[in-house]
Amino acid sequence: MTTKVLMKGNEAVVRGAIAAGCRAFFGYPITPQNEVPEYMSKYMPEAGGVFVQAESEVAAINMVYGAACAGVRAMTSSSSPGISLKMEGISYLAGAQLPCLIVNVQRGGPGLGNIAPSQSDYFQAVKGGGHGDYKMYTFAPWSVKEMFEHPSLAFEVADKYRGPAMILTDAIIGQMLEPIEIPEKIELNLPPKPWATTGAKGRGRNSITSLYIVPEDLERINLEIQANYKLATEREVRFQEFWIDDANLVLVAYGCVARISRTTMTMAREKGLKVGLFRPITLFPFPSKQLLELAKSGKHFLVVEMSAGQMVEDVRLSVNGEAEVDFYGRLGGIVPSPNEILEEVEKLLKPSLYQVMASAKTSTN
Amino acid sequence: MKVVFSRPRALSDVTMAYCQGCTHGIAHRLVAEVIDELGILERTIGICPVGCSVFLYQYMECDMIEASHGRAPAVATGVKRVLPDRVVFTYQGDGDLAAIGTAEIIHAAARGENITVVFINNTTYGMTGGQMAPTTIPGQETTTTPGGRDPIKAGNPIKVCELLAPIEGTAYIARASLTSPANVMKAKKAIKTAFEMQLAGKGLSLVELLSSCPTQWGMPPLEALKHVDEVITPYYPLGEFKRVN
Ligand SMILES: Cc1ncc(C[n+]2csc(CCOP(=O)(O)OP(=O)(O)O)c2C)c(N)n1
Ligand code: SF4
Repeated sequence: MTTKVLMKGNEAVVRGAIAAGCRAFFGYPITPQNEVPEYMSKYMPEAGGVFVQAESEVAAINMVYGAACAGVRAMTSSSSPGISLKMEGISYLAGAQLPCLIVNVQRGGPGLGNIAPSQSDYFQAVKGGGHGDYKMYTFAPWSVKEMFEHPSLAFEVADKYRGPAMILTDAIIGQMLEPIEIPEKIELNLPPKPWATTGAKGRGRNSITSLYIVPEDLERINLEIQANYKLATEREVRFQEFWIDDANLVLVAYGCVARISRTTMTMAREKGLKVGLFRPITLFPFPSKQLLELAKSGKHFLVVEMSAGQMVEDVRLSVNGEAEVDFYGRLGGIVPSPNEILEEVEKLLKPSLYQVMASAKTSTN
Repeated sequence: MKVVFSRPRALSDVTMAYCQGCTHGIAHRLVAEVIDELGILERTIGICPVGCSVFLYQYMECDMIEASHGRAPAVATGVKRVLPDRVVFTYQGDGDLAAIGTAEIIHAAARGENITVVFINNTTYGMTGGQMAPTTIPGQETTTTPGGRDPIKAGNPIKVCELLAPIEGTAYIARASLTSPANVMKAKKAIKTAFEMQLAGKGLSLVELLSSCPTQWGMPPLEALKHVDEVITPYYPLGEFKRVN
């Protein structure tokens, strides 16, 4: 049984998290994610969970740390400048191998920037962000439906591989309204957490720390964390392909830009241009293997992002010189239009006059 | 033979890393004795600070969590809100609680979080080498106040009990010292009261313990205790600042 409802992305992520067994939320206001704590303050107590409006993002993520230590599915949400403040806590969560969920409804930066949609926190999300060798399991929804579904995926991965997970979204996905089908119940996969600090009743004490003074001990913990990343890279990669088989040019984009690029793809196909779309759904682990295979089959890539070029670096690393990778990006919170991307596609697919002349010259030689 | 003195159950049988004459060890023991006497070992969760007592999680037999510098009250909030029937305490130094973590302690107090805070005031940053703390008293020499703390240049000390007592969410605020058997007994009584306040669900309870840091003060242990009595205690008066019914 499902119910069809019209809702905002920011509401869907709240409903999805609660349906996924999240029972603690700690947040601090920042636009464009304010609906997340607002809906949480209503729905979380109704679900028998805990809602606290913290005094800062720093406090909020540390409250998540405490609730995660107690073995509860806990989350926080924020937007870019607030996520920077959470980075201290996120590094500690990673170091202590604690599962939790952080939602980043990105806005324009750096600095105070603006409240328009952006994708310029990609590096911060997938490359660490805080100090130390760690990453976050990062999910990039492109619809309100996925805003509902991703919390459950993210919590599962966070629990299984024991570390913080992030939903990396933006002002468009957070603010847009779409009809979605809400299932009556989600099958929950809640693993036991024998390590949790819930009081030492019936067992020896548990302690949770990220402090390892002896370098060999700290290296061992780091290797454990890296081994989990490797496992997750083998098992948890998610992506979507559209019209890939016969495509010469493959657009690579995530989140709302992937949706816009899908429109560009359709427009290009109507013009007879063989364009496809590859959409990473997990940004870490990144679908590198799949992109390399496409590169080997002779595809040319155009990466489109609302950033100065962040994910494009991962695409280039993935294809490892086996394919040409071009980039188109808008900055400052500007959302590229399908037409604008189409112009880029046409530039790449139509050889320039210079190229035509050059190839004519070689063929006459 | 009748045993008259032994290690509390809540205190681990390990060698602590403190300098000779440091009062952190006494404070640990008092917390452990109180946990034993209240019979709460199996439902207590302690939050460790950053500072000399960073290894507290190895010294206690209850569940323990290492927090980042200053954030223990926020971590404690997370634990206590999801496990309200457990006993949650933080153990924090003055740099931890009154400098980097000022916002966290004030807001945990304002929310009336039902937790207990053991606050060690040794008027310096012990672990990082004796720099000025928010509690360093005027005139006190530290590695970052070489001519003695001058409030005009370095600001004024923060008196934590006096600051927190007027906040509505606090239930019990007291300052004690660890310089003599009599003072240690009073300190233990205050710690016990603080935990009892939590058990009764009254709100945030905090005990500040005036402690010695012979190493960073450059004093032999006994002289350091004398210094606490003669120089520090007059600046930070002992006693109860708040006790709700
Ligand atoms: C974010 C951060 N900043 C700085 C430090 C370095 N640091 C470690 S202990 C400490 C001061 C601790 O002083 P206090 O809380 O008074 O405890 P004590 O060592 O005196 O017991 C500092 C600044 C740190 N670990 N983390
Ligand atoms: S430096 Fe000071 S506070 Fe730290 S262990 Fe030594 S005496 Fe104790």
